[in-house]
Amino acid sequence: MTLTVIFAILFYLATALFSIGIIRKIVIYSKTPQPLKIPTTPAPTTKAGVVWRLTKEVTVFQSLFKANKWIWVFGWLFHVGLLLVLLRHLRYFTEPVWFWVNWLQPFGKYAGFAMVAGLLGLWARRFLVDRIRYISSPSDHLMLLLLIAIGSSGLVMTFVSHTDIVALKSFVMGMLYFDLQMLPSTVALLIHLALVIVLMVIFPISKLLHAPGVFFSPTRNQVDDVREHRHVSGWSAKP
Amino acid sequence: MAADIQAPPLREYPTIPVIVENTMADSKPYMATPAHQESLGYPGELVDNWQDVAVKKLGELVSGSRALQVFLDTCVKCGACTDKCHYYLGTQDPNNMPVARQDLLRKVYRRYYTFAGKHFPKLVGAVDFDEEVRDQWYSYFHQCSQCRRCSVFCPYGIDTAEISMAGREILDVIGVGQKYCNEILGKVHVIGNNLGLPEPALVNTLEGLEEDIKDDTGVDVRVPVDEKNADVLLITPSADFFAEPHIDGLIGYAKVFHQAGISWTLSSYASEAANFSMFIGSKDNLKKVAMRIRDAALDLGVKRIVVGECGHAWRVAYNFWNTLIGPFDFLDPRYPAPQHICEVTYDLIQRGALRLNKEANDHRRITFHDSCNVARASRMGNMPGGQFLIPREIIKACANHFHDMSPETIHENTFCCGGGGGLLTDDLMKLRVRGALPRMEALAQVVQDNDVNTLIAICAICKTQFAKVLPYYKFQMDMITSLHQIVGDAIELDTTH
Repeated sequence: MTLTVIFAILFYLATALFSIGIIRKIVIYSKTPQPLKIPTTPAPTTKAGVVWRLTKEVTVFQSLFKANKWIWVFGWLFHVGLLLVLLRHLRYFTEPVWFWVNWLQPFGKYAGFAMVAGLLGLWARRFLVDRIRYISSPSDHLMLLLLIAIGSSGLVMTFVSHTDIVALKSFVMGMLYFDLQMLPSTVALLIHLALVIVLMVIFPISKLLHAPGVFFSPTRNQVDDVREHRHVSGWSAKP
Repeated sequence: MAADIQAPPLREYPTIPVIVENTMADSKPYMATPAHQESLGYPGELVDNWQDVAVKKLGELVSGSRALQVFLDTCVKCGACTDKCHYYLGTQDPNNMPVARQDLLRKVYRRYYTFAGKHFPKLVGAVDFDEEVRDQWYSYFHQCSQCRRCSVFCPYGIDTAEISMAGREILDVIGVGQKYCNEILGKVHVIGNNLGLPEPALVNTLEGLEEDIKDDTGVDVRVPVDEKNADVLLITPSADFFAEPHIDGLIGYAKVFHQAGISWTLSSYASEAANFSMFIGSKDNLKKVAMRIRDAALDLGVKRIVVGECGHAWRVAYNFWNTLIGPFDFLDPRYPAPQHICEVTYDLIQRGALRLNKEANDHRRITFHDSCNVARASRMGNMPGGQFLIPREIIKACANHFHDMSPETIHENTFCCGGGGGLLTDDLMKLRVRGALPRMEALAQVVQDNDVNTLIAICAICKTQFAKVLPYYKFQMDMITSLHQIVGDAIELDTTH
């Protein structure tokens, strides 16, 4: 029971830090003025065009694809794998489980491999490519290590030593409804959950901010229409 | 050519070079004198509490710029940009990789303004702003031509130009400015152009130019200055008044206006399109320099403002003027404000208003260099990418032999000439020569495959830079040509105007 309480408290804390941290950053990004128009051109001339440009950036990583096929392959594998894995995890949070989450289960199951493979590829480049070795600081390595550990501990539970997911689900649902239930104390699960807590806490104070940040990048989200519509903001709005 | 500076060898199949640390650590431009500094409102020399001042300024800049806020937070060090900078490709110095250049500022920002950097500096690579870092800033923020090539490839659109502009502004504020940019800006403020060419000299030069055109063509083509109530105010880089090959471009503009019957004028008060304030990230100077143009347009009572061939000036004009010195409600709403000279010429060609003889350019086998600020920081025409199409269509309307360079080196992928962003100074010659490598390699390919003998550019800095570095790579210096020179050569002038 002690373990259950500790993990529950940590999860509540981590969720609070994660949410407040991300919301705070989003508020800062939205409130910080961008005084001049600086879209990287050719840029869309309409708002709809900008939505399309950003959609391509966050779904198929268009700029990265132009830049480097290796980074793109590993990065895309990781992110798509992660997305499927996260969606698959929704089954622990919904009762009854949404039909499309059920439908996704087999894909989500194997997406874990894509995710870890992508991460290993990205990590290998940090050692093998001299340019990327040069720009990597300890935190860049540790971040990948953390994600790989989360992914692998998850894969271990899926394919090697199963955990009691019925009990796990009642723990999760119990947390959602403030009615604590016992957390199954399998080692792999405890490692997995502890690392996820770490990830949630560091998310808003690390480079993981690229997730909300990409939507606020002025070179990508500005409309190229400054001759038609006068743009002023921040210092440029002052006479 | 400086004897001690050598161009790196051209490679037939360019590959990504390995890093060699500190090859360019000694590259530093001359520092601004106290007089240069003070004329722009900066301290004359290094202030006593420079660390505090710099850190405070950094905080102010970040909280006033969403770009900086996002760019400093979001980089994941993926490495996509590491082989995209021409200075890295030409020097192999790892600090010339865009991400490493950004990190010079990011590591200081992290130290003073982020939780991780304050409490775990080693873990995230955060450092104090000390003398060593200050020196690195001075060296490597003056090895960025702010060409934005890295921002095309970054998955978050991080633009190193914004970082190096901020870095230079901070250096200016603590009293460590760069001579080339700051001296030139002083001249613009006092005299009205980068060259410090006063009104009588300008008038004299332009009269001489009219005589030259008359001698060449037998036609009275005017190059007017300060003519009230002309339709068009032409704002062009002052290099167009005297430098080769720029001046032939100016003759071309004059012939276009003459042939189209458009009344136009230059202004002796606002005789400069360039605005180096952008290079040093100074918003106050940016606005002050631009304001001369609004004032001149109102004073002369013109209906349109047209900008000559200049890369960063077109960025400032296209993207910043309406913000800084607009609204342009006093101009004729039927025309974009401002308009690029290429847009004017292209429209006239489309309407059949120019009689062009392509054969006049038959001795030229032409390729076109997309200037970075036109390609990646502005637009021409009414559709995205018009900045690539319009100059090429003009060339094709004026000449029979046109060959583009390799696709990965043109349009938004274009390589900087190596001299942009306030680096066009002799004290940075080694950097300029090496930075030109990727462009020279692409040029060598079309010279070899298509016998290209003419390199056309629409930027005053590109033209000067190429005139200087082409010989280092064993090309003829006079390959570099203004776009409107070939327009001017092709125009069959009407004598009835």
